[in-house]
Amino acid sequence: MSVMTYREALNLALREEMRRDPRVFLIGEEIGLYDGAYKVTQGLLKEFGERRVVDTPICESGFTGVAVGAAMLGLRPVVEMMTFNFAILALDQIVNSAAKLYYMSGGQYNVPMVIRGPGGPAHQLAAQHSQSMEVYFYHVPGLKVVRPSTPRDAKGLLKSAIRDDNPVIFIESETLYGIKGEVPDDPEFTIPLGKAEIRREGTDVTVFAYMGMMYRALEVAEELAKEGISCEVVDPRTLRPMDNETMIGSVRKTHRAVVVEAGAGFAGMGSEISAFVTENAFDDLDAPVERVTGANAPMPYAKNLEQAKTPSKEKIMAAIRRVCGA
Amino acid sequence: MAQTKTLTPATKIDAELARRLLSQMLLIRRFEERAAEMYALGKIGGFLHLYIGEEAVGVGATSVLRPDDYVISAYREHGHCLAKGSDPRRMMAELFGRRDGLSKGKGGSMHLFDKSKNFLGGHAIVGAHLPLAAGAAFAIKYQGGDQVVLCYFGDGAVPQGEFHESMNLASLWKLPVVYVCENNRYAMGTAIHRALAQTEIWRYAETYGMAGEAVDGMDVLAVRDVVGRAVERCRREQAPTLIEARTYRFRGHSMRDPSAAVYRTKEEVEREKERDPIRLFRERCLKDGTLTEAEVRTIEKEMNDLVDEAVAFADASPEPPLEWLTAEVYKE
Ligand SMILES: Cc1ncc(C[n+]2csc(CCOP(=O)(O)OP(=O)(O)O)c2C)c(N)n1
Ligand SMILES: [Mg+2]
Repeated sequence: MSVMTYREALNLALREEMRRDPRVFLIGEEIGLYDGAYKVTQGLLKEFGERRVVDTPICESGFTGVAVGAAMLGLRPVVEMMTFNFAILALDQIVNSAAKLYYMSGGQYNVPMVIRGPGGPAHQLAAQHSQSMEVYFYHVPGLKVVRPSTPRDAKGLLKSAIRDDNPVIFIESETLYGIKGEVPDDPEFTIPLGKAEIRREGTDVTVFAYMGMMYRALEVAEELAKEGISCEVVDPRTLRPMDNETMIGSVRKTHRAVVVEAGAGFAGMGSEISAFVTENAFDDLDAPVERVTGANAPMPYAKNLEQAKTPSKEKIMAAIRRVCGA
Repeated sequence: MAQTKTLTPATKIDAELARRLLSQMLLIRRFEERAAEMYALGKIGGFLHLYIGEEAVGVGATSVLRPDDYVISAYREHGHCLAKGSDPRRMMAELFGRRDGLSKGKGGSMHLFDKSKNFLGGHAIVGAHLPLAAGAAFAIKYQGGDQVVLCYFGDGAVPQGEFHESMNLASLWKLPVVYVCENNRYAMGTAIHRALAQTEIWRYAETYGMAGEAVDGMDVLAVRDVVGRAVERCRREQAPTLIEARTYRFRGHSMRDPSAAVYRTKEEVEREKERDPIRLFRERCLKDGTLTEAEVRTIEKEMNDLVDEAVAFADASPEPPLEWLTAEVYKE
C-alpha cells in the first residue's frame, strides 16, 4: 500500500498498463509536452515517447474517431478529454461509432478503448465547463460508464477499463484530483467494472452517491448517526452496468433508499438508480425512493448560485429523514 | 492575393482617432491588470483569460464597425467587449459574479454578453461560436440588413471542424461575416506548428474561395486598415473575409498557467513584449506629434479612473438572489 493522490493513482494506472501492454497508447490535448491540463499524464511522454503519448490539436471529434479506428485494428487507445464537456464534440464518434461497431458488425469489430477526463462541477467554471456528463453516456447500449470516487478506485477501475474489450467512459473530477488515499502497489491489482462499494455500513437507509456527493453523504451519515439514523452509503462506482447484488442487496437490508447526484435531476442518474431499485426491490421498500439532485438549470458562475446548484448537506439530510419517517 | 501587411503610413493620423484607439487599448490593459489583482484576492473565480498583448487586434478591428454591427468572440473576450462599447462597470461586476453584471453574474469572465451593444457573447467551447457568427450573418442577409458580423477566434480553433464548416458555409452562401483569427501562436501549451499542417492561417481562405489576408496584429493601424477593407467589402458585396492577425499573449493561457511555462521560453516572451502594441502606438503618436505627453498622461489617468470605478461598482454590487438559479432556463 502507498498513500497517493487520486491524480497520482490515475497516473500510475496508465503507466502500469502502458508497461504491461504495448498496444495501449494515450491520445488527447496537452497530455504530452504540457504533462496534461490537470497533470494526470505527468511524465508519461518522457517514459513512453511520442509514439505512445500523442498530443493532438483541438479537434475532439477527429482524435476520438482516430482512436476508434485504431481500436478497430487492435490497438487500445486511452483518449483524454481535457474536460468531459468537450466530449460533446465527439459524441458522434462515441455514440455512433465506438458504441455500435461491435453490434453492427455482427461481432467482428470490437472497440477496446477508454475515454477519460474530469467532469462535473468544479470551482466557478460556469455553464459550459461544469456539466455532469455521465448521463449523456449511460443511456447508450454498448458503452460502460465509470465514476471513481477514491484514489484506490481510480487506479483499480482505470486498469480494468483499459483491459476491457469495450468502450469505457471514465469520468474523473477536478475537485478530487488532490485527495489522498491508500492504493495497492501490486501492478495486478484491479477492481472489476460493475462492482459497487459499501462505503459505510448502516441499517436504516441506503444512500447512493458517488464522487463529491459520496463524501458529502458520508458527512451526513456521521451527523445523522447522532440522531439515531443509521445510513448505509453505497457508491455505485460503475454506472453502467450497475451492480445488482450490492446495490439491491443493501436496499433489501435497509428497506429505504435515497439517491444523491450533483447533476440536474431530470432524466438524471438518480432517475435510473431509483427505477433500478424500485424494479428490483419494490417489495422490500418501506418508503418511496427519494432523489436529491442538482437544480434543473445550467451551472451559474456566481459563487452563491453555484453553491445552491448542487445538493447541500441539509437537503440530503431532509430527504433521509423523510424516507425514514423521522 | 493575400500577404502580411504591416502598415505604418508616413502620414500623420487624425488626433481624435489616435486618442480613441489609445484610450481603448489602455482601458483594456488596465481593466485586465486590475482583474488579475482581483483574481488573486479571490474576488473573481473560475477561469480568467487575459488579453494583455493582443489589444491592438480587438481595438483596431472593432474601430471600423458601426454600432449596429455585431461582434462575437471566444472566452478571451474582455477586450472585444470593451471595444464594442460595453460598460466596464457592468463587465467587472460580471467577473465578480454579481447581480449588476452584464449577465447578472450567471456567465462570468468567459460568458460576457451585451445585447445593447450587439455583442453576441463570449463562448468557451473552442470553435463553437464560428458557426454562430455565420448564423448571425445569415440573419442579417435574411432580413435585408447591411450590418456585418465580426468574429474573433484563436489559432486553436482552426484544427476544429467547426472552423472549416463555417468558412465553407460563409463563402458558399456569401454571408456578411469577417473572421478575425487572433493568431498568438499558441493554443494553451500547443505551439501552432504542432497543431496545424498549414500554419499560414489566412491561406485557408483560398481553399474556401474567399478573401484572406494576414496582418501585423501588434499594429493597431494596420489591423484597422485590413479589417476596414474587409468590412467594406462585406457590406458592399456580402462577401466574407478571413483575416489572420499575428499577435502574442504576454500572460499565461489563464491565471492558472504561468506566463512562460514549459511550452515557451522567458526569452521569447520578453522579446515579444518589445512589440507591446500600446507602447508602439503611443511612441508613434508622440513621435509624429499626433498626441502630446500631457495628453497621453491625461488619457492614462482617465482610463485608470474608469477601471477604479468599475472595481468599486463591482464590489458594491450584491450577490445575485438565489431565485435566479432556476430563472431564465426557459423563456416564459
Ligand atoms: C472544444 C474545446 N476543447 C478544449 C478546450 C480547452 N481549451 C480552452 S482554451 C484552449 C486553447 C485555445 O487556444 P486558441 O484558440 O489559440 O485561443 P487563445 O487561448 O490562444 O486565445 C483549450 C484547448 C475548450 N475550451 N473547448
Ligand atoms: Mg492562440
